[in-house]
Amino acid sequence: MSSPRPHGARRKGLAPYLLSLPAGLWLLLLFVVPLLIMLSITLKTCSPASGACVMTWQWGELPRVVNQYRSQFVTSLVFAFVATLVDLVISFPIAYWIAFYGGRRKNFFLIMLLVPFFVSFIIRTLVWQFILSNNGVVLSFLRGNHLVPSSFHVLGTGLAVVAGLAYNYLPFTALPLYVALERIDRRVLNAANDLYATRRVTFLRVILPLAIPGVFAAFLLTFIPAFGDYVNQEILGGTANTMIGTVIQNLFLIDSDYAGGASLSAVLLVISLLGIWLYARLLGSRTIEEYL
Amino acid sequence: MSEPSSTSSTPGSVNVSLSDVTKSFEGVVAVDHLNLTVNDGEFFSLLGPSGCGKTTTLRMIGGFEEPTSGRIVLGGRDVTYTAPYHRDVNTVFQSYALFPHLDVYENVAFGLRRKKVAKSDVRAKVGAILEIVDLPGYEKRRVNQLSGGQQQRIALARALVNEPALLLLDEPMSALDAKLRHQMQIELKSIQSRVGITFLYVTHDQEEAMTMSDRLVVMRQGKIEGIGSPQDVYDNPATEFVATFLGASNLLSGRVAGQLGDMTTVTLDIGATLEVPTSRIPTSTVGSAIKVGVRPEKIRIHAGGTAPSSGGNTLRGRVRVSTFTGVGNQYLVETSAGEDITVYAQNIGEELAPRSGEEVVLSWPTEHTFAVRPAENQISSDELTS
Repeated sequence: MSSPRPHGARRKGLAPYLLSLPAGLWLLLLFVVPLLIMLSITLKTCSPASGACVMTWQWGELPRVVNQYRSQFVTSLVFAFVATLVDLVISFPIAYWIAFYGGRRKNFFLIMLLVPFFVSFIIRTLVWQFILSNNGVVLSFLRGNHLVPSSFHVLGTGLAVVAGLAYNYLPFTALPLYVALERIDRRVLNAANDLYATRRVTFLRVILPLAIPGVFAAFLLTFIPAFGDYVNQEILGGTANTMIGTVIQNLFLIDSDYAGGASLSAVLLVISLLGIWLYARLLGSRTIEEYL
Repeated sequence: MSEPSSTSSTPGSVNVSLSDVTKSFEGVVAVDHLNLTVNDGEFFSLLGPSGCGKTTTLRMIGGFEEPTSGRIVLGGRDVTYTAPYHRDVNTVFQSYALFPHLDVYENVAFGLRRKKVAKSDVRAKVGAILEIVDLPGYEKRRVNQLSGGQQQRIALARALVNEPALLLLDEPMSALDAKLRHQMQIELKSIQSRVGITFLYVTHDQEEAMTMSDRLVVMRQGKIEGIGSPQDVYDNPATEFVATFLGASNLLSGRVAGQLGDMTTVTLDIGATLEVPTSRIPTSTVGSAIKVGVRPEKIRIHAGGTAPSSGGNTLRGRVRVSTFTGVGNQYLVETSAGEDITVYAQNIGEELAPRSGEEVVLSWPTEHTFAVRPAENQISSDELTS
């Protein structure tokens, strides 16, 4: 009589693993395996001519490329950081307004925010090239009104790259901020008002601290992809101010320096993981699951 | 905290008064020309079913809603349109609404810090109030680590520590289980008499309101249906709604037949005649429709169909259902025209309980008979069960 129970219990215990098997296989084959291949390439020596790689356990590639492309790393860090800050400053009021004053049309406003991003990333960036070009609407207007000297240009400068990054990654900032602000219990704000907090104090002492996990999530979600981005730099930036993403692309596709490209990718990965680790340490891992 | 604050005024003087306050939301009237005065030091309850306007009334006093018309005067100052943070009022919210990012100490100290109280005083006051709510040493706990009952005490401490002129409580016990609720009722009442702060308590639970209140109002559809001490409102319900909402009542339809001294006779639709003290009947005009009421616990049930010799009101009937509840017996007695009367008899082993189907006589003293006008709007069962 007692034998079916443990049997049934064991089958129940297996069910979650069986159910997660397809997703697990998918992750293993298409995520973990490529990642390991990429990491292993950093230790291989590849022939630029044939592209064939042989494992030689050479550990020198990583420090070499980090040294060689230090300035591109710094440029990427600065561009991504500035673009993320710009996004935070632009999105916070938008997210705040939609969350607190959107009323019944919250979803409509959110979709309005997202509509431009249904268009392909490349097309959007190309349109920015058009907007910022020397004969584009912005510069023509500014020059025509003598607000800038006639030699002034934006395209091919760091400014254009930061503008492109900020534009392209705006939803990654705005949406986590919106989620953080939207979930704040309005009754808690009533309680703050009840306890003599003016609107300003309520914002500083209650709304802002409660939105901090969202601000951090927004920062990570914007900063990490912007840091590795190469499209904006290639389309909007000039030959100067090269970002690390462009370097990696060139190493793989033009120079066939697979070990170098893989090494730089590994460094990018470590920097991103550091950011997430810092977030988890400061705000707890549970909030990560909620936002990322 | 136990020291009376310098701002507290003498008991008996007016703490808050609402004059002709109306609030409508997009044309729907939630509070309808309400007039209400709460005195200093009172434990005052707003009682009524959900949607009766009690919470809206509380929110207007707290400053979270602006009246559509009317005036609210708090401690002699017109605060009708004053922001919540400029009112000497604090609120215990239904969901507690504690600050999730702050620990217990910072939650309780929040109001004191906004009032720029000196740091050493904040420490002393928070420590003292945590003693009062029986959670000493909880300063460093996170609020989400607390049980519902503890959160409720912290919400109470967070409001009380500011020594407001008036404390508003919005169904603070609705999230607690029955046993804890009962314990907190007694505790809340004792805290109130200790700190001497006026409490305005909103609830839909009539037992809760009767247990704690010095005075209460029963609200329905934005209007006051009855006001007074719990016993007064219970024994002399002003309206049919109060009679049915506050405890159980047997209400029998009839018409005023005539007046004999201080007694008015009413002929019931079921045929019998009852006497009601003239002082307890809203109209003595012969022929006007009236509902005669008597509480189930005031009725005595006599088995065998023999009427008692003493005076008072009597009705004949037959026991339809008899339920033993431990502390007593509850009977459903069918009268001649089919109207059921509930009788509640305490289990004091006095006499043999009548069985189902048995002919009985019901009797009760005339002074326990009251009469109300039939309600203009049909009372729905929703209003009584909420």
